[in-house]
Amino acid sequence: MTLAIQTSALQVRYGDTVALHDIDLDLPGGKIYGLLGRNGAGKTSLLATLAGFRKPSTGTVRVGGQPVFENARVTTRVCLIREDGGVGDTTDNLGDVLSMARMLRPGWDEKYAAELMDRFALPRKKTIGALSRGQRSAFGVVVGLASRADVTMFDEAHLGMDAPTRQLFLDELLRDYVARPRTFVVSTHLIEEQSPVFEQVLILHDGALLVHEELDELRGRGVSVTGPAHVVDDFVFGLTVLGQEQLGPTKRAMVYGTLGEDSLRAARAHGLEIGPVALQDLFIHLTGGVR
Amino acid sequence: MFDDRSPIYRQIAEQIKGDVLRGVLKADEQVMSTNQYAAYYRINPATAAKAFQQLVDEGVIYKRRGVGMFVDAGAQQRLREQRRDRFFADVLAPMIAEARALDIPVADIVARLQQLDDPGDTR
Repeated sequence: MTLAIQTSALQVRYGDTVALHDIDLDLPGGKIYGLLGRNGAGKTSLLATLAGFRKPSTGTVRVGGQPVFENARVTTRVCLIREDGGVGDTTDNLGDVLSMARMLRPGWDEKYAAELMDRFALPRKKTIGALSRGQRSAFGVVVGLASRADVTMFDEAHLGMDAPTRQLFLDELLRDYVARPRTFVVSTHLIEEQSPVFEQVLILHDGALLVHEELDELRGRGVSVTGPAHVVDDFVFGLTVLGQEQLGPTKRAMVYGTLGEDSLRAARAHGLEIGPVALQDLFIHLTGGVR
Repeated sequence: MFDDRSPIYRQIAEQIKGDVLRGVLKADEQVMSTNQYAAYYRINPATAAKAFQQLVDEGVIYKRRGVGMFVDAGAQQRLREQRRDRFFADVLAPMIAEARALDIPVADIVARLQQLDDPGDTR
């Protein structure tokens, strides 16, 4: 069973601070969504609100068509693994946390949890406080995946993980998603490494939803134009220029959008070099460039 | 595996076409499933499926319901013809431009090509 997520004019405020303003989201169930944004963009507030940990200040959040806040019928089917990997107290040992999850999570798969504990080489008898940062994140992934919740969200699940463990996380995520399609929302700063597993990408910026698009559409969305400065300036006039840099007489402009065949031909005829833009560069420039 | 820029589904489709063209994937041979492909390359299954759909639309592969996807018998020949058409524009034109910039006479290029193409030449 897959559950869709919808928000309408969602606002979250902390005192005078607006963490999220007017977020309208329509996320059909059964896909893996990537949530990108700079530090403080509102990713954690959004995930906490979608999971029902936090009440919207105004607006609505629906999961599977139902309001989520203080609605146990929905919250038991939603699992958010927070950034601190915090799935228990520091004095709890891992085995006890797993037993607790078995009671609280209707979809819990004990056998799968045991397999994951082995694959991530996690010691059942240790306490959460005794784990390294990467192990704590890995344990969060075990609890998140073995919960088999209809909506599973990871807030920077990769924190502290070494490269092989991060790969294992992506492998397990894909493997379990293919075996049991459900809705995943994964927030990350590791854009180049993790974005290929996303079907759609959401970019939050200053509490607003800046982009919601298919990954491959977004990857095709940036164009770099390189050549003599004045020729580049003429060519990009009227286009959405996200950034530009100049090295001697040569200029490179980053344009947001796709160029038609005519524009491409014109560019080449003027001796301009046209190339794609990496998703990470696009993200940096869409969210205000390097400050 | 994939570059971090152009759409992934296009890179997958190009790669499979390359394999068909070079005969790595043969006529009526089964290709990996979208899920196998997704797991192997750590990409979203929907992205892999989009690449395969494009290849079906272009007649490079065909679906057999419940079995999988296979290389179309005429695909290699068709791809060859398409690439031949593009060869002069895509490969030769940039080479001539580079040779001109380097002041290499066309006659030298022709002579070298003939040498390279002569199977009797053992150098």
